[in-house]
Amino acid sequence: MAGKLISAVFGVLAVCFLLLPLVVILPLAFTSSQFLIYPIPSFSLRWFEELFTTPVWRDSIVNSLIIGAGTTILATVLGVLAALGLREKLNFISAPLNTVFLLPMVVPAVVLGVGMQILYAKLGLSSSYAGIIIAHTVIAIPLVIVSVANSLQGMDTRLELAAASLGAGPAATLRHVTLPLAFPGIMTGAVLAFAVSLDEVVLNIFLAGPGQRTLARQMFATLRDSISPAIAAAAFLFIAGTVLLTLLVLLARRRFSGAR
Amino acid sequence: MTARLWNRKTRAALLILPLALFIGIFFVWPLGIMVKQSVLDDAVLHLLPRTTEAIAGWDRTAPPTEAMQAALIADLRAADDEKAVGDMVRRLNSAQSGYRTLMTKTLSAVAKPETGPLLTDVDKRWAQPAFWIAIADALEPMTDRYLLAAVDLERNKAGEIAGLPDGASANRTIFIRTFWIAAVVTFFCVLIGYPYALLTAASTGITRTILLTAVLLPLWTSLLVRTAAWFILLQEQGLINGFLLSMGAISSPLPLIFNRTGVVIAMTHVLLPLMVLPIYSVLLTIPTNLMPAATSLGAHPLRAFLHVLLPLSLRGVISGALLVFMTAVGYYITPALVGGAGDQMISSVIAFYSTQTANWSMASALGIVLLVITLILYVVYVQLSGRTSVNGRM
Repeated sequence: MAGKLISAVFGVLAVCFLLLPLVVILPLAFTSSQFLIYPIPSFSLRWFEELFTTPVWRDSIVNSLIIGAGTTILATVLGVLAALGLREKLNFISAPLNTVFLLPMVVPAVVLGVGMQILYAKLGLSSSYAGIIIAHTVIAIPLVIVSVANSLQGMDTRLELAAASLGAGPAATLRHVTLPLAFPGIMTGAVLAFAVSLDEVVLNIFLAGPGQRTLARQMFATLRDSISPAIAAAAFLFIAGTVLLTLLVLLARRRFSGAR
Repeated sequence: MTARLWNRKTRAALLILPLALFIGIFFVWPLGIMVKQSVLDDAVLHLLPRTTEAIAGWDRTAPPTEAMQAALIADLRAADDEKAVGDMVRRLNSAQSGYRTLMTKTLSAVAKPETGPLLTDVDKRWAQPAFWIAIADALEPMTDRYLLAAVDLERNKAGEIAGLPDGASANRTIFIRTFWIAAVVTFFCVLIGYPYALLTAASTGITRTILLTAVLLPLWTSLLVRTAAWFILLQEQGLINGFLLSMGAISSPLPLIFNRTGVVIAMTHVLLPLMVLPIYSVLLTIPTNLMPAATSLGAHPLRAFLHVLLPLSLRGVISGALLVFMTAVGYYITPALVGGAGDQMISSVIAFYSTQTANWSMASALGIVLLVITLILYVVYVQLSGRTSVNGRM
């Protein structure tokens, strides 16, 4: 009995610890105060207005969308192609490549940042959209590979054989059988790639110029010097965006599995 | 059949090729450049090309030849990068004291066209081999001094590896601090995460859904949002201090932010999901009837736990701990925002060298030390957990 009580109390406390930070930041997005503190004197949308009208914030939102979209496209295309290729066991190539493709997830962002900064100085990619999109793609690739590979693994390969035996060429099989079946995994990978890009700060600090400041980077900078409730408003956008994307994936998956 | 197999293999290789090239250029190459940058030292070499040629045949004991002196004068006249010259003088001065004054005198003399061809006329010291040995050493393109300096070591005059004098550098202190913070965070993650995973695995229905959602939601939330949230909670007029003050538990606000406490709390929160999930997935593979079986045979629940559940779930705990520690060691954002000056981890030192002072050699050397540590932990993690994917973001 006492044991049950202890685990219940522990469970409630732990859930609070995990969720409280996410809960407290949301209402502050609607504060009318100058400060990022409770209690909230009255509610207002002034900080959202600030977010969408001040050039620094507005530009950073636009940059986040541009860089996020670029990263999503590049990472998804490269990742899907490679995941398809990796299904075939190629001697001495597949296993090491698979490891290397997943390593960007392990290497500390700061380490990668130093290396890419030196490389970009050589290649002339510093302070460019292309440079940031490439950097974000590097760290998004592992997530795309893992999600696409997972959905390809769960796929019945006999379907592809059947298509081939019915006269479909490799391209037709890929387009009409393989890709539609892998679609949920591709979708998950794409959303994760976007999310990684949206949240990335360290590589942006190392590689971006003032022209490529993203929303996350702007939040980081603001938290460092002038703590304004605009941060809470930005956080609200982040959380709302995450929820929206998750719903989108779920919807796409459901619609897809319904159509099958 | 073989032709078709060949065809399939070629197609697979062609599909992989774009990503392999991409990762090769933008991931492997940068890491390679870092390695090169940390052992390469050609700044002086670039500055003194003529001297390099003239000094090649010198035996390091004879008085400097006229050709060497003339070459150095020509090189110093041609040097137009003031910062590079300053760096070189600083470096020569650390190898041979007195170089700074000698160079100041020499540089102003060289600026006049009538000087030369002998440097010994400018200053008697140029006749001593010791000053030329310093130049010859600085011209060596390979060096281990950055890698040694990354762990607070240097080569002394005799060329042996020795510790830096006290107070000269703090890298070792910061590495130890980094491991210490990572270890404390890992400890708290085990302390909370293990019982949490046990509770989740033992629960059913809605309770399990709530417990799992509470772990997954933070994982999906932006790291920056979570850190900003802790900022709000921990600050002096924050919710935690406000709550404790109104309860009368404290009379003045506790310092919770810009210190170690804040860093450990925020990092524990951020990394806790990485601890819970591996343990949980191991717990799911353990048959649920083992514990009742042990107790029905007369074991006290605690004894049953220690002898049955704990050994079986230890693999999950160790992989979770490795994952948390490995991620924590490379953390930058959270300590930068909620830590004080004394809580910065090795990543912030690397970022400082790279983005503030553009000392890429030092940044690379420190980065390689961090990279090697992380990779060793990762290899152990993969061996233990038998999988190559990590669920988590930096």
